[in-house]
Amino acid sequence: MMLFFHKLASPKYFYNFAGRLIPWLAWACLLFFITGLYYGLVKAPPDYQQGDSYRIMFIHVPAAWMSMFVYVVMAGAGIIGLVWHIKLAEIVAVSSAVVGASFTFLALVTGSLWGKPMWGAWWVWDARLTSELILLFLYLGVIALYNAIEDKRTAARSTAILAVVGVVNIPIIHYSVEWWNTLHQGPTVSKFGAPSIAISMLIPLLLMAVAFKLYYALVVLMRARCEVLDRERNTQWVKELAGLK
Amino acid sequence: MSLTEFLHMGGYAFYVWTSYGIALIVLLANLLLPIRQRRKLLADIARSARRARRKP
Repeated sequence: MMLFFHKLASPKYFYNFAGRLIPWLAWACLLFFITGLYYGLVKAPPDYQQGDSYRIMFIHVPAAWMSMFVYVVMAGAGIIGLVWHIKLAEIVAVSSAVVGASFTFLALVTGSLWGKPMWGAWWVWDARLTSELILLFLYLGVIALYNAIEDKRTAARSTAILAVVGVVNIPIIHYSVEWWNTLHQGPTVSKFGAPSIAISMLIPLLLMAVAFKLYYALVVLMRARCEVLDRERNTQWVKELAGLK
Repeated sequence: MSLTEFLHMGGYAFYVWTSYGIALIVLLANLLLPIRQRRKLLADIARSARRARRKP
């Protein structure tokens, strides 16, 4: 097992390993998306209060969960890169930023499109919405900082520190609906206790959540491969890969 | 359930389908960008390596 991790940390081995994993992830991801969408849009009944508008939830909630999950992964990988100087951890951290920002953007936009018919407003400065908006700015800050520094390793180290400082925002987002009186509803699915959501709506939600997780893994591996190629561009194996002997 | 009924989404068609449409665009873009970037990188590496070999 340790040997496997040791080998995985070598850029060439990682590049090939990720390349073999990507098609499997893509098919699994597509499968979960299709079944999730089918049960969410076709099979699940309309909500007795919100009608069909609640179907936005099947994108909104997984995207919001992922926006926080990806941030924690990014910061965690950043710390590992900082402390143990593992290049691959740095690469995973920087590869997560754009996907994470995309999830955050989706959570905000779909939330807005759900808020308009339900609350009568596209946007309110409520604690949940505001802290999620700050998360988007943190992601954009990480992306901008990484691109602003020429040397990739220095850039990775600086962004890791910024990402770690921003982690303080994650519990604020999570508990915002409990700490403050928010227009945003409280959690209906929690790890502890029975979820207060009908099973016919919970199943597509969980299917979509798995689909989003697989999608994230897929995109991170694809981006990480590019990052590996770029950093290793002067090595023999990359030159051979590019079609030169 | 008929197709028109499905597309109508109980009167929320605009909100629901805009959400799903934007999600589709954003998720597809995130897949296509690294595919294009990898192709560009490999071409770029091959080009600079050829140039380096011609010089000496």
